[in-house]
Amino acid sequence: MPVIRIDGVEYEVEAGGNLLEATLGLGLDLPYFCWHPAMGSIGACRQCAVVQYLDEESEQAGRGRIVMGCMTPVTDGAIFSLGGDRAQQFREAIVESLMLNHPHDCPVCAEGGECHLQDMTVMVGHRDRHYRGRKNTHRNQYLGPLIHHEMNRCITCYRCTRYYRDYAGGTDLAALASRDHIYFGRHQEGVLQSEFAGNLVEVCPTGVFTDRILVHDYTRKWDLQSAPSVCTGCAVGCNTLPGERYGRLKRVHNRYNVEVNGYFLCDRGRFGAGFVNSDKRLEYPGLRREDGRYDALDHHRALQQLQAACNQGNLAGIGSPRTSVEANFLLRTLVGPDNFSPGFADSEQPLVNLALQLQQDSPAVTPDLRSIESADAVLVLGEDVTNTAPRIALALRQSVRNRAYAMAADLGLETWQDAAIRNLAQDERSPLYITAPGDTPLDDVAAGTDRLAPQDIACLGQAVAASIAGDSNEAGQDRAAEIAAALAGAQRPLVVSGTGCASGEVMQAAAAVANALCTAGRQAMLCLAVPEANSLGQALLCGADAPDFSALQQRAEAGEVDTLLVLENDLYRRGDGDRIDRLLAAFKRVIVLDGLDNATTSSADLVLPAASFAESEGTLVSLEGRAQRHFPVFPPPAERRPAWVWLLACLKELEREEAGSLHHFDDITRACAAAIPGLSGIPAAAPDHHFRNAGVKIPRQTHRYSGRTAMRADVSVHEPKQPQDEESALAFTMEGLNRAQPGSLLPYVWSPGWNSNQSLHKFQGEVGGPLKGGTAGVRLLQPGSGPVVSGSTGPEPFRAEDGQWQLVPRQKIFGSEELSALSPGIDELVTPAFVELGSADAESLGVADGDGLELGDGLARLELRINDCIPAGCAGFAAGHAGAENLQPLARVTLRRAEGWQRREPQIIGSDGGGGND
Amino acid sequence: MSGALPVLDRPLTRNVRADRSPTDMAAYEANGGYRGLRAALAMSAADCLQVLKDSNLRGRGGAGFPTGMKWSFVPMGDACSPGHKYLICNADEMEPGTFKDRLLMECDPHQLVEGMICAAYTLQADVAYIFIRAEYHKATRLLQEAIDACKAKGYLGDNILGSGYNLEMHVHSSAGRYICGEETALISSLEGKRANPRAKPPFPQVSGLWGRPTIVNNVETLCNVHHIIERGADWFQSLGLTADAGTKLYGVSGRVKNPGCWELPMGTPVREIIEEYAGGMEEGYQLRGFLPGGGSTDFLTVEHLDLAMDYDTIGKAGSRMGTGTMIILDDKTCPVGFVKNLTEFFAQESCGFCTPCRDGLPWSAQVLDDIEHGRGLPEDMDTLQRQVAFIGAIGNTHCALAPGAMEPIQSALKYFREDFERHIDGGSCPYCDGGNS
Repeated sequence: MPVIRIDGVEYEVEAGGNLLEATLGLGLDLPYFCWHPAMGSIGACRQCAVVQYLDEESEQAGRGRIVMGCMTPVTDGAIFSLGGDRAQQFREAIVESLMLNHPHDCPVCAEGGECHLQDMTVMVGHRDRHYRGRKNTHRNQYLGPLIHHEMNRCITCYRCTRYYRDYAGGTDLAALASRDHIYFGRHQEGVLQSEFAGNLVEVCPTGVFTDRILVHDYTRKWDLQSAPSVCTGCAVGCNTLPGERYGRLKRVHNRYNVEVNGYFLCDRGRFGAGFVNSDKRLEYPGLRREDGRYDALDHHRALQQLQAACNQGNLAGIGSPRTSVEANFLLRTLVGPDNFSPGFADSEQPLVNLALQLQQDSPAVTPDLRSIESADAVLVLGEDVTNTAPRIALALRQSVRNRAYAMAADLGLETWQDAAIRNLAQDERSPLYITAPGDTPLDDVAAGTDRLAPQDIACLGQAVAASIAGDSNEAGQDRAAEIAAALAGAQRPLVVSGTGCASGEVMQAAAAVANALCTAGRQAMLCLAVPEANSLGQALLCGADAPDFSALQQRAEAGEVDTLLVLENDLYRRGDGDRIDRLLAAFKRVIVLDGLDNATTSSADLVLPAASFAESEGTLVSLEGRAQRHFPVFPPPAERRPAWVWLLACLKELEREEAGSLHHFDDITRACAAAIPGLSGIPAAAPDHHFRNAGVKIPRQTHRYSGRTAMRADVSVHEPKQPQDEESALAFTMEGLNRAQPGSLLPYVWSPGWNSNQSLHKFQGEVGGPLKGGTAGVRLLQPGSGPVVSGSTGPEPFRAEDGQWQLVPRQKIFGSEELSALSPGIDELVTPAFVELGSADAESLGVADGDGLELGDGLARLELRINDCIPAGCAGFAAGHAGAENLQPLARVTLRRAEGWQRREPQIIGSDGGGGND
Repeated sequence: MSGALPVLDRPLTRNVRADRSPTDMAAYEANGGYRGLRAALAMSAADCLQVLKDSNLRGRGGAGFPTGMKWSFVPMGDACSPGHKYLICNADEMEPGTFKDRLLMECDPHQLVEGMICAAYTLQADVAYIFIRAEYHKATRLLQEAIDACKAKGYLGDNILGSGYNLEMHVHSSAGRYICGEETALISSLEGKRANPRAKPPFPQVSGLWGRPTIVNNVETLCNVHHIIERGADWFQSLGLTADAGTKLYGVSGRVKNPGCWELPMGTPVREIIEEYAGGMEEGYQLRGFLPGGGSTDFLTVEHLDLAMDYDTIGKAGSRMGTGTMIILDDKTCPVGFVKNLTEFFAQESCGFCTPCRDGLPWSAQVLDDIEHGRGLPEDMDTLQRQVAFIGAIGNTHCALAPGAMEPIQSALKYFREDFERHIDGGSCPYCDGGNS
């Protein structure tokens, strides 16, 4: 490792890095703006200037030259000065220059208190303004409901466009104009189109791009109470930092996890937690009266009702893949495994079980997101990951750059030399092949796209597998041979698929490709997306033979069970309405625990208000089999309780033996781990409630948390006792130590002089590396020993039928997921449910874009969108959207013009087509 | 034009006619045109490069970097990964006070084309671009005609003159930014991107246009190439009066009797250029100073008139020869206004990429504007001095634009300090009406 000298002190540093990241990694402070650990260096802001000396003699004589830390490789024997007058004066002059046009609006700026520009200004010591001219001003743009734009604050560091365009592949944000008039915005106002636009909030070092939801319901960072959490928007399991004040969830920031989300979230994750504040949240238990209205109960009376119902009846339970392992485990314990359905839709249950089984059996590695970024050839089969597991799409966008890194290595360029590498590689990319029943947002970086019906996707996948195995070279399978060659020629090939197009054959084909690669001696990876935050945990908990809804209904109709407990699950999203009505009608009593008022709670005899992810602890198992713990950010109000609290209390009231040893949340986790072999690892997801950091608990509040005694002063001048957290190592307090604890217990990032999220490097061992306290979560899946699924026989090719169309699900980042779609901001971006047809199919029906179509015999009436990427004979439908609940994926339905359809007002679309919301 | 030199010793302007009418293919060939091309094709690329190196040709765009050495960094043969190699002619002549390339392109377009074919052959480049300033529409048309004529004659295209060497050549009309004269910004612009310069390394020789090996040279530099290959390094060396070789197009603008552009031996003394060729100062004006090589070079003054105009001599005097086209400051023109005008130009032409240039130049321009209009404060002199140190050093900024822009300011502060102080003390410009001069 090279040894460098900084201000007379020698340090050993990692070879291949630049001086800025080495300096930060050493714990020294060096200000910067344009550099970003995930995006490398471009040398624009000139803020990280240091003086470099040729040799010791020139150091003594003070004859050095100013160089930029971010652009200077660390070489053995290099001599630098950070603290010398010249470097310091230069860095101060940079901030003074940046401040020429920066408004003095910190008191009303949403970035204030966590502003990197504020921190750097203080760090360089700039105070007095010498410039007498006027400040440049700009007009701001409306960028959609999620991002607020305030261009006057811009310091032109180019991070936004580098992130948005270069990193995330967006096209509708750019650097416009030149000189000191540079403007970062869209060519005209409108909704930012990238699914990852929200990261601009954290990427911007000052207040140009801020969280629009937060801006309108504002709290400073230092006044936020926060706790380590896990996103429940999909199955990726991104680590998040939700922040709360006054009982409202104010915002979600990224929580760094080097193996999962790194520095970035998707917009469903960042803005999709607003449902926690919804007016539809339940606060009190409700007992249904004869007239169909509900009486509010306190929790004692609610528990009595629950206990009575449980005593009277034979219990069955429906769990939920969107809530924790622990809550599901307790309900399963309460009703017995034979009477417990995991809560998947009937068609979904075998798919999730298959996804789990394929990953358990396949010798291919189930990759984390960092491994996905390292893939040098990728095949995506059937899955539109941008809309089902969005953060994976961002990782795949990075994977196609591996070709560029290889080219750079040939030229001796380090990976952090971002601009140089992009200029060198231009459009050269590692191969990414996307096969899906329609277009996907990743198509722009794909080496090839095939838009096929699910059966044909499976056929193509099996042909690729056969080609890798050298089995066949059928005529007409040139594409399969091309893909096979790309994958087999790679060092780290990756196959991505999932439940998104609702075809088990597609997933089997994906596993066949991965298995064939393993057999051929490649270190293949297999990533299978599942729908929800705990889908995989639920499959591990319940096993493949768990009863589905039909089985429970049969048991109820046979009189074996008569009381149904539903845990955090709106059943009406998992089957058509009549079907769920019949299921519920088969039971004498229906008891529902859930957080939000929905169709299922409205059918319940007893409703118990359940805390959201932000108000309770729980373990979720992500699609890579990573068990991760979320902790309550704030205590639930009124009579709302975490579902596990209700269920544990019920078990105890019933004096059930299993509950005897369960006192704390951790006990449930351990009991679950002991009972379920597949979940035996989950206690290690995070330290238990006994953990102490240097003898004290970890504070959820910053040490500058203000106004605690005044927060309730309008209600009462008596300050209530702070809530006690008996269940975790975190405390609802400002006191404690937030440093170097395990990453699973990191409630916020802050370090002296580093108030912004840039303080993260103080928590990392090296810049961009794991957290000092370790990476959050524990992996439950190990590669299997060999292919079990035979890969040789594919399904029959798809045949279009006259008058019948196969329904293929079209997933949408905003709208296909239940809870995020209810969140403010995102609710504006959810489009009405639609059906998509190719223009030839639409023509055969005599319908045009915007017309209404009736699907099946009254299954749904949806607006038609013409999309020529939809294969002939297939009809895409908006999965998970209101109005499309009755549609069964892959079913064949008739289509006809909907009678009496009112066309929506024609939408005025800008010249770029970017005025819309989709 | 002056007839002081024998025709043969003015290789670059030998086809420039008194009426400035363009030389067409027939006239060009009648005067020995495309003999250099044939000579080059008869040699190996490596031999051509050696001749170039031996000739000590230095880049005429302003920096004066030895051309042969610059070219030697281009990977050749097996060392070069498969794909295109590019030669780009920088014809985006926008340096204030500079109009030499225009003369060459408008009067003798074939000379540039022949020079470029020889240069591209030497580099084994297969695609060449002429990146030309949009305002030079006449030259653009003439160059396109010259290229078309060359294609018709087999001087461009596949298998040039039976040599097996292929080259295509395009004229690209620039969208008009000073920064496009910076070679890496030019490359960005040619790729259709913002005209931001690129950090070096990697140098364009290994990763330039579309990531491929690329050489960017000035018009005048390229116009020399085929002459050198045809007549040899010794001939070229013999043309210069000092250590620097060849001839140079020198220009003079400002209050002289005969402003213009002349091809003279490299190293011709400044006084000779100004007094003999430019005819000396206009009646009633005295010379106070001059920018020797365009708007981004340091002022020199009367004491420097006897220096030889070559890279090293002018460099030692504290300025740069730059493009070799002088701008004269006379005694009735306000040096503060003069510098302010230039600084506003450079501030406007900043690409906006790096902080010192983007925000520092407008500040400097603002201070100069305040001083010029009598609003200056004594501490403004310190501000300017600080800005010179802050912006003026190469390495402090992303490219050389801002350091170049600071050269007139820093030298004006040195040579014309009392003018600044009179503005500040008097509260008005002493050169304007109502001034106290």
